[in-house]
Amino acid sequence: MRTGWNVAEVIGVTQETTTARTLRLRLPGLTGHRAGQHVDIRLTAPDGYTAVRSYSVASARPGEEIDLTVEELTDGEVSPYLVHQVAAGDQLEVRGPVGGWFVWDPADPSPVQLIAGGSGVVPLMAMLRAHAVADPASAGGSAPFRLLYSVRGPAAVYYRAELDELARSPLVDVTLVYTREAPAGSPSPARRLDAATLTARALPAADNPAVFICGATAFVETVADWLVQAGHSPERIKTERYGGMGAKP
Amino acid sequence: MTDSADLDYLDGNAAAGPLSEFFAVDVVSARGRCAHCGRTAALATARLYPSSHGLLLRCPGCTEILLRLVDSGDSVCLDLHGLSFVELHRDEGGSQPNPQPPA
Amino acid sequence: MGIVSPGFFGRRRSDDPALPPGQYRTEDFPVLSAGPTPRISPDEWEFTITTETGQVHRWSWTEFLALKQDDVSTDIHCVTSWSKLGTSWRGVSLDTLFESVESECEFTMAHSYGGYTTNVPLDDLLGGKAWIAHQFDGETLEPAHGGPARLLVPHLYFWKSAKWVRGLELLRQDEPGFWESNGYHMYGDPWREERYW
Ligand SMILES: Cc1cc2nc3c(=O)[nH]c(=O)nc-3n(C[C@H](O)[C@H](O)[C@H](O)COP(=O)(O)OP(=O)(O)OC[C@H]3O[C@@H](n4cnc5c(N)ncnc54)[C@H](O)[C@@H]3O)c2cc1C
Repeated sequence: MRTGWNVAEVIGVTQETTTARTLRLRLPGLTGHRAGQHVDIRLTAPDGYTAVRSYSVASARPGEEIDLTVEELTDGEVSPYLVHQVAAGDQLEVRGPVGGWFVWDPADPSPVQLIAGGSGVVPLMAMLRAHAVADPASAGGSAPFRLLYSVRGPAAVYYRAELDELARSPLVDVTLVYTREAPAGSPSPARRLDAATLTARALPAADNPAVFICGATAFVETVADWLVQAGHSPERIKTERYGGMGAKP
Repeated sequence: MTDSADLDYLDGNAAAGPLSEFFAVDVVSARGRCAHCGRTAALATARLYPSSHGLLLRCPGCTEILLRLVDSGDSVCLDLHGLSFVELHRDEGGSQPNPQPPA
Repeated sequence: MGIVSPGFFGRRRSDDPALPPGQYRTEDFPVLSAGPTPRISPDEWEFTITTETGQVHRWSWTEFLALKQDDVSTDIHCVTSWSKLGTSWRGVSLDTLFESVESECEFTMAHSYGGYTTNVPLDDLLGGKAWIAHQFDGETLEPAHGGPARLLVPHLYFWKSAKWVRGLELLRQDEPGFWESNGYHMYGDPWREERYW
């Protein structure tokens, strides 16, 4: 039977933070993907036992290569393996990229509001990257993008240098909200994202932005409710829940 | 614990992989109608309960089951009787073929 | 079988003789959520046994608590491969509940608040093998684990131990319940690994 499982080769690993790693995979025959999609990864033990988990694609390149960034959950089954064990040259079974809903459409001229909790920044990074390489004269390429990224502390931020670089564009705004540990010398203390900060920093409902929220289920739930209360249309809000991984905003 | 259990669901979008074994196009972008309450929305917006014995998609309106999928290794079993129709838009993402393994 | 991932073993499974094949041991009590948790107050709770003639035997919460209570210590085995050993429960034996019930049927369907169903042969409910449990580890059974009361049939995979149980229906013929109609085994013996059809 023909199923969607393909063998991918790990062609590079980069430590993103002390607890997260980016894996670069080559999927032979892949001809790009849409920004925001995910893959399913299947691990098989010697006795045939398997475990499947989903991981968003972080990259936005046209060819056979994709990047995933995995955050380790210490007592998890799959993520510690991907963060510590997998090495360049290893093979992994991958299904996808799949999912045509939580994706940014480069033909859509709408302003875009991205809201990430922790590792939820991964698919939103793919959207920022796709936006950065889009023709600046095109509908999507000329759309304003804002990222609100809620993260434990400065050391937990993914893609730091690249985010700073992207934020130089007049079309792109990046706001980091530190929930537990503020950077040294920061004027404001670390605290959870709240409705007031969200509405102050996000694009207003009046702009009718396309909104993408991604992170732990409790985070996504809370933020989506706040946005609806602030007048955003539920139709314009797309969500990707990663599961009950703890962390509230 | 009780509360966290209630929050233990994902978006229907996360079912895209398992459903790609059945459908040649990305079916989570398709609109489906709940056979129970009639709510019609993209399957990606339904609630997915993954930690259950199989994959369950529930209607966010009435919480009834739209779709069930059980993977027993040798076979995959899909029950769609909670959906009274599914509509695909050809010119949107819904018509994007799922990636296929190279021959 | 797919390609083996070197160094991946999954959640540790062991050769512990107390564990059925393919199971691993867990110390905590995972909650498998298949949907929103029904919340039933004891005032509205009732338990019924319905026979093939349509006769309904009914217990309110107070009547149910007034029945003889058993303390049960047992291992439980979930089809998603965790086992929890030496769990303690308090509840009413189905032998007690069936004392006044007349039936020729050999099969039952358990029905739950929230719509869940699962089928269990009557023989597997009688003879000190099954309970309607309302306490776990000396505490009131939490809604997430099936409270106010759940069926407890520990010798079968735990999906047979219906959470939020509200009644048993006697059936002349075996019929599949919620998971059994979609791939899961009709009987579900963990020692014979009867997981799927
Ligand atoms: C569409 C989608 C995209 C995603 N993208 C990303 C991404 O880009 N990056 C990323 O890091 N993550 C992502 N995730 C989350 C990812 O799929 C995994 O859920 C995550 O990596 C945890 O998997 P795990 O196997 O390590 O943990 P699990 O083993 O699944 O455990 C998760 C937690 O629950 C507890 N637990 C679960 N089951 C049991 C059990 N039976 N007994 C005891 N405890 C248990 C564990 O202790 C742990 O704390 C995504 C999820 C989805 C749905």
